[in-house]
Amino acid sequence: MKTYDMAELAVRNLRESILRNSLTTVGISVGVASLVAMLSLGIGLQQLAGRRLQKSGLFDTVVVTSRRDLRGFNREQEENGPAPAESPALNESARQQIAQLPNVLEAYPDIRFIAELRYEDKPYLSMMAGLPFSAKNNDAFDGMQGSFFSSDTASEIILQKSFAAQLLGKTPKAGSEEASVTELAKPLLGKQLTMKYAERTATPSTDMAAAKDQANSAEAKTPAGSAYSVVSREVTLKVVGVCDLDPDSMRGQARARIFMPLKLAQNLHVMQPSDLRDTTNMANSTPAYTTVEVHVKSPTQVQAVEDAIKKMGFNTFSIVDATRSLRQFFAVLDLFLGIFGSLALAVASIGIINTLVMAILERRREIGIMKAIGASDGDVKGLFFAEAGVMGIFGGFVGVALGWAIGRVINLGTNVYLKRQHFPPEQIWFVPWWLVLGAIAFAIVVSLLSGLYPASRAARLDPVQALRYE
Amino acid sequence: MPLGENSIAIHTENLCRHYRMGETLIRAVDGISIRIIAGEFVALLGTSGSGKSSLLNLVAGLDRPTSGTVVVQESDLAMLSREELAKYRLHTVGMVFQSFNLIPSMTLLENVELPLRFAEVDRGKREGLAKQALDRVGLSARLRHRPTELSGGEQQRASLARALINRPQFLLADEPTGNLDSQTGTEIMNFIREFNETLGMTIIMVTHERTLAERYASRMIFLADGKLVGDQSNVLSSISGQVRGGGL
Repeated sequence: MKTYDMAELAVRNLRESILRNSLTTVGISVGVASLVAMLSLGIGLQQLAGRRLQKSGLFDTVVVTSRRDLRGFNREQEENGPAPAESPALNESARQQIAQLPNVLEAYPDIRFIAELRYEDKPYLSMMAGLPFSAKNNDAFDGMQGSFFSSDTASEIILQKSFAAQLLGKTPKAGSEEASVTELAKPLLGKQLTMKYAERTATPSTDMAAAKDQANSAEAKTPAGSAYSVVSREVTLKVVGVCDLDPDSMRGQARARIFMPLKLAQNLHVMQPSDLRDTTNMANSTPAYTTVEVHVKSPTQVQAVEDAIKKMGFNTFSIVDATRSLRQFFAVLDLFLGIFGSLALAVASIGIINTLVMAILERRREIGIMKAIGASDGDVKGLFFAEAGVMGIFGGFVGVALGWAIGRVINLGTNVYLKRQHFPPEQIWFVPWWLVLGAIAFAIVVSLLSGLYPASRAARLDPVQALRYE
Repeated sequence: MPLGENSIAIHTENLCRHYRMGETLIRAVDGISIRIIAGEFVALLGTSGSGKSSLLNLVAGLDRPTSGTVVVQESDLAMLSREELAKYRLHTVGMVFQSFNLIPSMTLLENVELPLRFAEVDRGKREGLAKQALDRVGLSARLRHRPTELSGGEQQRASLARALINRPQFLLADEPTGNLDSQTGTEIMNFIREFNETLGMTIIMVTHERTLAERYASRMIFLADGKLVGDQSNVLSSISGQVRGGGL
């Protein structure tokens, strides 16, 4: 029998016992729907986590250091590549070169230094770091009190909660509860702090004699004859924010507790630890950076960017491995959600088998007639197979629509809940195209597999026996 | 009619069909050897359980012999694959049954068209052929009716149309008038005779009504307990044929 005829006969047979076949098809739909709902939830959560991680800035960041620092992140990096003395310096031109690599969003120098701050005439020592304006979207600032820097050069600072507590003399004792940010921010926001730091100023070689006389100044000579002085300076900074989380968590020991706009930090020309080394072969007008942080468009491109930067002769570091294990986690999660979703489909497939086996009993005589007038085993098998397939197609389409609707409702419900808990709404559910097509295909395949046994049973039916029933 | 080897259409040799029912072995067909010549109208006669339907099923390729051979047009049905046997049923034989065996969910036209579907005849040609076949048995007005909406005679006529649709050489009829009153029975028998005479089809008809056999068949084969107990050509039928041909 031709395929088209087979399909036509299958549809008309299904219409004959419309109620039973509709119920079976609904069974498939529910199975597909649960599969789609589960997987779309898994995918949605994965995307949500991906968005969150992207915002955290941890997973799309490559940290670049100069090999001249002799502070490679691992032995392999120390041993491969150019020798430290012959490797390029990590200066402004290198930064610009890195910024122009494909898939790089921005590359900015990491400026951090230890400074002395005076607040209400008491000195405090802390690590300070410059933050690029793009860090505004970092989720570390989600629970921040006050506001982000008003501009990239404003004389403003944001304090980490623990430093704020220190300023107020509220450092929590071990075991006791931490003070809330709101509480800490209230007395500090808008207050002025005085920062004492070491400025590095260029000194033309001709002015060397003058520079020598200057109080509080040190002097270094470069082979080119240029030099710089280190001058003690003071600047007044306004507290604009106190943040709860730690924007600098990746830094470990060197993490800063006070943040200022990056441009401001650069303009201050604070003496950097690497400066002393670099004076031996660098013009003093172009400062070298200890570290450059590179933001990549997406975590998946981190490896490629890292490789490109390594080729330039720098050391790099990223948490790519962490993202890999995260993706692995979601792959496992999706797998489990898929298995749970498939369970319903498995139940539905038993429904198909049941319906078709019932249909064989009911249509025994019909099968006998068809065989008597010349239907081959293949024709009969094909007919039952086609019936299973048609139920699968219908079930698949309806199921995807149903699953989509269920997902929407779950999403809506979650958002209502989030809103009540004062959280921003989130898209925790996503149905990609491949899932729609895949679920329909899966429904058809499962239906056909379920039809396999009934179809071959129908095909094997003995026509003499089948026709004997009156 | 000459009994030449070349005109033998069906030939069974020591044909047996045994099956087990619990402890007892039932010999439905037990060592039957017959030769049927092309164009014959054979009536298989016997009481119920004599094995006449079983023999018909073996010839129809619906069942397989336990032993012996059944050769139709030089091919041994016992040696055919299931697929080949289906082809044989589709093209070589047409069957009608006592209970008509039309598919109730289909219209007459669809029922008659069904063998054409199995024979993979083009869609465009199918309807015309089916209409033609139904027209031949006088059912052109009933094309879109379902079997349950028709009388027994009409249903049997439709099943005759279905049996003829693939132009088989053999028409195998299992008690074709068993469910009909005598008048509609006669109507059906006349159609069958017409197919025998005008289309040259070989007819094998199972019946338990001797009078019916005597009236239409050219040869009567008697069975009892699965064995051949009598085989005679029928003079009466040729006379009645001549009488009918004479314009009575």
